Amino acid sequence: MTWSEMQPLLEQACWDTLYMVGWSTLIAVVGGLPLGILLVLTDRGGLLQNVVANKVIGQIVNIARSLPFIILMVALMTFTRWITGTTIGREAAIVPLAVGAIPFFARLVETAVREVDHGLVEAVQAMGGNTWTVVRKVLVPESLPSLISSTTTTVVALIGYSAMAGTVGAGGLGDIAIRYGYQRFETQMMWITVAILAVVISVIQFAGDYAARSLHRRGAHSGPAPKLRLLKAAS
Amino acid sequence: MHLCPGTPTPAHSTVTETHVITTTDLTKVYRSRGREVTALDGVDLHVREGEVYGVIGQSGAGKSSLIRCVNLLERPTSGTVTVAGQDLTALAGRGSRAGRELRQARSRIGMVFQHFNLLSSRTVQDNVELPLEILGKSGGERSRKALELLDLVGLADKAGAYPAQLSGGQKQRVGIARALAGDPKVLLSDEATSALDPETTRSILALLRDLNRQLGLTVLLITHEMDVVKSVCDSAALMENGRIVESGTVSELLATPGSELAAALFPLDGEASGEDRTVVDVTFQGESATQPVISQLARTYNIDISILGAAIDTVGGLQVGRMRIELPGRYEDNVVPIGFLREKGLQIDVPGHESVLVKEGAQ
Repeated sequence: MTWSEMQPLLEQACWDTLYMVGWSTLIAVVGGLPLGILLVLTDRGGLLQNVVANKVIGQIVNIARSLPFIILMVALMTFTRWITGTTIGREAAIVPLAVGAIPFFARLVETAVREVDHGLVEAVQAMGGNTWTVVRKVLVPESLPSLISSTTTTVVALIGYSAMAGTVGAGGLGDIAIRYGYQRFETQMMWITVAILAVVISVIQFAGDYAARSLHRRGAHSGPAPKLRLLKAAS
Repeated sequence: MHLCPGTPTPAHSTVTETHVITTTDLTKVYRSRGREVTALDGVDLHVREGEVYGVIGQSGAGKSSLIRCVNLLERPTSGTVTVAGQDLTALAGRGSRAGRELRQARSRIGMVFQHFNLLSSRTVQDNVELPLEILGKSGGERSRKALELLDLVGLADKAGAYPAQLSGGQKQRVGIARALAGDPKVLLSDEATSALDPETTRSILALLRDLNRQLGLTVLLITHEMDVVKSVCDSAALMENGRIVESGTVSELLATPGSELAAALFPLDGEASGEDRTVVDVTFQGESATQPVISQLARTYNIDISILGAAIDTVGGLQVGRMRIELPGRYEDNVVPIGFLREKGLQIDVPGHESVLVKEGAQ
């Protein structure tokens, strides 16, 4: 294949991947953030302690996370058709991608939010804040650097999942690599998609780390922290 | 004698007789995995308007539970809490979540914490504005008030800094400014100086004292450091095992024979030099300090008095002198001279003979 043949294919694949990953990330964040916060709030000792609800949500999240994506995609076909009216194409791939990413992101959110010092929650309660105030003014802003890192991890995981979306005719870079690179022995095509994926993931990871770090810097660890870390490593 | 110069007791101008914080038979029992721990065991606390009230005790004595029960961050198992005439336990309802009325009441009670509890994602000014945001104040009003408070605590130039860029003492000043944002009548201080070095502790305590005087703010503080009580408190209570074992104004405590708090506030050393000797602790405060009692005693009874230890100090704004003297002869032989000292209006403790004295809790 010549470059002029490959170029439109690759361009289209890039857009398909971005489209699928972009939408499913958005849905995962919108769905996973409240779910993750709810997991923390309903836990024992939480502000909305509710052991039953916590167990139920936790179980749903665990089950959804334990399913391999390709199985989730097949299992969700009826649901996908009900939402998008079709089971093939980019839109149809977004549904299982988002459903798979919501519990994944929710667990990451849970971990991030749990890290927030309980003293801050107590301080806001002592000022007369309610649970919603605590979530809005403390839990989310204080865990924002971690939440951004969690989003980065989710995007990278979704790019991986989206490679399998080719099975439902959704296109994307993974699909090109399998169809051309593997099935048609277009090795060159495969290496180009691999390179593109590597670059895309590196850029996303870098941007995410940069955003998280610049948010974190105004918080703590601006001065002596790295030195301390070096000392610890040396000892 | 003029051990303690006759300076009149500084007027505690802000203290009134109204009780602004009252707890009645407050009990808190923690249950975890079938075990029960009683943190508070029937605590009656009365804090007068405008005073600085210190609760001191070792860790595990229940001080922290007590202060958290005052604004109901902890729900008491039984008993009532009244702050500024409002029965908070009645507002709380039965559920574990704070209803609107309780939250409104809390917004009128400031609180500062041992570990400051500032939001690292917000600037100093935004931290001080947080309670005002919760109160629903407009942006202009919030920033005006926040800058005013930062000026009050001496941090006007740090408004744009993040908490991580401040020292511990500065962080606590921000914590205090934040606690004052809702114009509270009452400030609760939960070991506010325990994470600070001695010098910073002094400056934070001085700030609390100034705020108490300037704003007529009632301060309830808990601490495990006797120096904190000594330098700022008008009244104090000693907690042990979830109970208040002694309480009262500093002068009442000093006037209470055998008071553990008084002894800890004002320690005296010196052992009897022999079997046939009686050690007597004499406490002077206010008027009694101006009389030359020791020389009168020596002249009247013709006895030799040795001084084992003596100190003058300012406790809670009161100048107090304490002296440990030794009289020849056993306690039984010295009943008359000791009676003479008592008659002069001095407070007399005879170490080892507390049982002779009636120990009464000063209220």
